[in-house]
Amino acid sequence: MLKPHGGRLVNRILDGKVKEEALSEVQEMPFINLNLEQVRDLENIAFGIFSPLEGYLNREQLYCVLNEMRLPDDTPWTIPIVLDINGEKKEEIGKSEKVSLKNSGGEVVGILEVEDIYEYDREEFAEKVYGTLDVNHPGVAKTSKMGEYLIAGRISLLRESKDEFYRFRLKPVETRVLFKEKGWQQIAGFQTRNVPHLGHEYLQKTALTFVDGIFINPIIGKKKKGDFKDEVILEAYEALIDHYYLKERAVLAIFRTEMRYAGPREAIFHAIVRKNFGCTHFIVGRDHAGVGNYYHPYAAQKIFEEFPDLGIVPIFFSSFYHCQKCGGVVNEKTCPHPEDFHIKFSGTRIREILQKGEVPPPEIMRREVAEIVLGYENPFVH
Amino acid sequence: MVEDKDKKFTSVSIPTPLFEKIKERIKGTGFTSVSSYVVYVLREILAEEESEEEEPFTKEDEERVKERLRSLGYLD
Repeated sequence: MLKPHGGRLVNRILDGKVKEEALSEVQEMPFINLNLEQVRDLENIAFGIFSPLEGYLNREQLYCVLNEMRLPDDTPWTIPIVLDINGEKKEEIGKSEKVSLKNSGGEVVGILEVEDIYEYDREEFAEKVYGTLDVNHPGVAKTSKMGEYLIAGRISLLRESKDEFYRFRLKPVETRVLFKEKGWQQIAGFQTRNVPHLGHEYLQKTALTFVDGIFINPIIGKKKKGDFKDEVILEAYEALIDHYYLKERAVLAIFRTEMRYAGPREAIFHAIVRKNFGCTHFIVGRDHAGVGNYYHPYAAQKIFEEFPDLGIVPIFFSSFYHCQKCGGVVNEKTCPHPEDFHIKFSGTRIREILQKGEVPPPEIMRREVAEIVLGYENPFVH
Repeated sequence: MVEDKDKKFTSVSIPTPLFEKIKERIKGTGFTSVSSYVVYVLREILAEEESEEEEPFTKEDEERVKERLRSLGYLD
């Protein structure tokens, strides 16, 4: 099986005596409250999903990531994983060597060994990561609201969160054993934040023809208004797999993090995460992790040229569409017919049809998938 | 704010004829210098060497993981 990114699967989960000792110390420590997305990323570090990171980036690491898209040891890394705090919290932490990390319920979920607290330039951060300073970009808007300091250091996880998606939550150590048990050598990872239409299915099955298994790995976490809700995406995929996939060839599990909408940088980040889950290949479609018109539709594919050492093979696909003349899903390499025959898998159009309570045409979406979506009173984030 | 933006580089010597050959080779490609080409190739070679088999899990760990996978329905 492929080595994890950076060569070693990180495990920062404390248990047994070490955990007990840590828990006895936390009352004395200053604390930082984490929101849900921050708790999820704390767990992503602890479970090794963000290997080789063991904590939040320090100043040197941050600027290497911003400027070089690499960690200081030259390992590819494109999205800064940081924890921001304000000046008041910085004062409160003072010279403490450790701080406890609490969830929104006030429970201690982790410990951070404070390595550094440093200032950073929010505009520079946003411009480098998102390629724009337009506040209409969700990532830029989020960055503008971050605290003025970043706190760096190694983390330990004390308490694993439970949620409604628990049965879809697999750690890299688990997916790696699972793939081995299934006898899969070549695994294609598929990232999604949508309910599947025929284009997605075709793309996954095309990849599946030359690998052993497909790892469907929807992002569960904060998304923008108008995106499908997490539970809808998962239920829709379950229906699709039940009706149209070989059970022994597909695995559905989630990646709990927020969408950054950082386009090309996020495509590399998404590939790294899937490498840690044990994938050998990663599917990159059109406008991966894009939003609006901030990125060229194929910028997220082009960026892979800069990373010959990524350690996971990208599989690039252009847009698929249905051709009425061919009678199936095609792309510009496989179909000779003019555009008049083509029906595009437009997310906007599909959403409009579903919002009217109608089932999209069968050449766009499987009825079983559409019925899941229509079963929800409001399937969209608002 | 002090910014640590300085890229850390060091020099490696290569034979001049090889340098000239690479200079010719990269004309019209996306590589902007012989250095960027050499860095690319070296990263590629090192990554290939590093992608060897990882250490297997201990039997105990693997059994524990399999148990959870069964309880979640991922394994029969």
